[in-house]
Amino acid sequence: MSFWEKIGSFDRRYIFALIALTVIVPLLIPIGMPITTTNEVKSVYDYIDALPPGSAILVALDYDPAALAELYPMSIAMLKHAYTKKIKVIGMTLWITGASLGDVVMREAAQGIAEQDKDYAYLGFVPSGAVAIMRMGQDISAVFNVDYSGKSISQIPVMKGIKNYKDISLVVDLAAGSTPEAWIAYAGTPHHVPIAIGVTAVSAVGYYPYLNAKQIIGLIGGMKGAAEYEKLIQARGRASVGMDSQSMTHIAIILLIIIANVSYFVIRRKNKKEIES
Amino acid sequence: MSEIIGIWIAAGLTLCVFSFLYKDNLFYRFAEHLYVGTSVGYTIAQAWHQTVVKLVWYPIKQEGDYTVLIPAAIGLLMFSRFVPKYRWLIRWPLAFMIGVSAGASIPRSIQSFIFKQMEATIQPLNSINVFIIVLGLLCTLIYFYFSTEHKGAVGVASKVGIFFLMVSFGAAFGYTVMARISLLIGRVYFLFHDWLHIVK
Amino acid sequence: MKLRLPLILCFLCGIFMIVQFFVPPFTGVYDKLLNWVMIISIPALVIGLTSLIKLHSNRIIRKTPNMPYSTVAFVAMIVMALSGLIGGTGQGTWFEWMFKNIQVPMQATMFSLLAFYIASAAYRAFRARTLEATLMLVTAVLVMLARVPIGDFLWQHVMPDSVLQWKANLPEDVAGWILNVPSMAARRGIILGISLGAIATSIKIILGIERSYMGAGE
Repeated sequence: MSFWEKIGSFDRRYIFALIALTVIVPLLIPIGMPITTTNEVKSVYDYIDALPPGSAILVALDYDPAALAELYPMSIAMLKHAYTKKIKVIGMTLWITGASLGDVVMREAAQGIAEQDKDYAYLGFVPSGAVAIMRMGQDISAVFNVDYSGKSISQIPVMKGIKNYKDISLVVDLAAGSTPEAWIAYAGTPHHVPIAIGVTAVSAVGYYPYLNAKQIIGLIGGMKGAAEYEKLIQARGRASVGMDSQSMTHIAIILLIIIANVSYFVIRRKNKKEIES
Repeated sequence: MSEIIGIWIAAGLTLCVFSFLYKDNLFYRFAEHLYVGTSVGYTIAQAWHQTVVKLVWYPIKQEGDYTVLIPAAIGLLMFSRFVPKYRWLIRWPLAFMIGVSAGASIPRSIQSFIFKQMEATIQPLNSINVFIIVLGLLCTLIYFYFSTEHKGAVGVASKVGIFFLMVSFGAAFGYTVMARISLLIGRVYFLFHDWLHIVK
Repeated sequence: MKLRLPLILCFLCGIFMIVQFFVPPFTGVYDKLLNWVMIISIPALVIGLTSLIKLHSNRIIRKTPNMPYSTVAFVAMIVMALSGLIGGTGQGTWFEWMFKNIQVPMQATMFSLLAFYIASAAYRAFRARTLEATLMLVTAVLVMLARVPIGDFLWQHVMPDSVLQWKANLPEDVAGWILNVPSMAARRGIILGISLGAIATSIKIILGIERSYMGAGE
């Protein structure tokens, strides 16, 4: 086997080891590369920042632990921003696997800055996503008569005066799946409530048409988007810390792709020469 | 104390799952089956508290609304799939759910995904970006139109459409790599920060 | 009748939902119908779990080689379900503790394994064999480089000041242009195509032409 043939087919566990190194080393020895903010993320930040105290936003925490690394820092940053601006936050989820997670996330973000029931409420999970979104357009309490812990909605001070989307200044969908499309189609367009979305990087590319059509006011994509939001609220969190590792691992993968392609072309040229001779 | 024990258990299970990267082993299989079991148990408990209690029990208890028992009974017909003789009864709850979903989606999809997207596309061609967007959209739609052979002008447009699609898929691949690496960074950060306290 | 009546029900529900969009005064019936659908869909959450429970219980009963693992799964399921059903699912419960320290780390770690596999797959399979593949490769590399801090970092450290005065963050701008213009155009085409297909399928379902969801038989 020639050098290039060996390069093209070595044990994938060496690649695993390289990826592990490029993730671990920058965490232990940070480089501190500056993070640039994009317009998509800044739009969400600016919108929430401009809301007067006492406004209400609906946050749909539509994700499960599989998307934790990307959506957890995004959720914490955005919720902290809303809590410090004294904006009423109503949390809920359309994912049953996210029901407990939503409760944990809202409480962790609120530590020291917001009080449950007074500043925020977590309503829990509701099945049949699109139908629930439509029903909330008439009456949120018809979908959630009690909150996640079983307390009646009528006894929660933060829910006073909030009947449906007319009383909501912004819907933020932090999603690991395709729920943003349901929020856009069943809440945003018919009820004219502004929608902002935070999604995993896998699905972020598919939401740019909605951003261009102004069906969403902003888009926070992946861990990089979360890092941008952390920079905007001037609170360095998990996403910002991970950006150095993200950068170095991307460089490693790009180099691997280049080496693999060089090996492919060298072997192809060699085979072509052998056939011709 | 329970928090410290919890973090050590979480770290141990994380390492059990990572051991699969070397090769399949009993630690990974143990962790995998433990995960399957807890997921099923979690769904059962949450389905009870978040749906049955909230949507059926509370309306009866707090508002005296017994009409919720009718959709509850229709929903229970889904379990008829386990009895071959009465399997056809599952069609009733499905007819409800799918009929409502299909009917609701038609006007809303047309409004949100067709009209709004077309409205955003039909702009004055006064910038190169708008021209590229219109060209890309038309060529992509022509590529997906398989009722006519992709020859001549249609063939050229279809080829241009493929180029736009390749750019989009390339961007998606780049973002997918970013997403997967982020998930790994999250777990490694947990091990080094939350468990070992090496990283600040 | 076993098939016809459910099809008629599907038709009536579908037509009502379409008409209601244009003629709002049916609010009372609309609200009731949506509430009913939310309740009817509850069993769908757990019905998929029955096949998993059946699989593992069969392994335990038949004492297959995987029986010890299936026992672990079964015990975990019972403990988690009972702790939630009896002790509640809120803050400070055993259920939440097990969720945070067992389920969350394992689910997150399972998915984090994909990072290794995507790197390995990119190395083994991503080849610039054709012009289209090359275009996809170049775009992927540009986006991967520019959408993380290192893209702008390298640009700002390599380029002279005269170039930086013109474009300080060119990589980020290029990636932004790719996502907001050509990629967005293709995605819009995909959205339109999928939406038209979904609308056609929904119409076929309401009219009873598409019946696969009803299952086989009379």
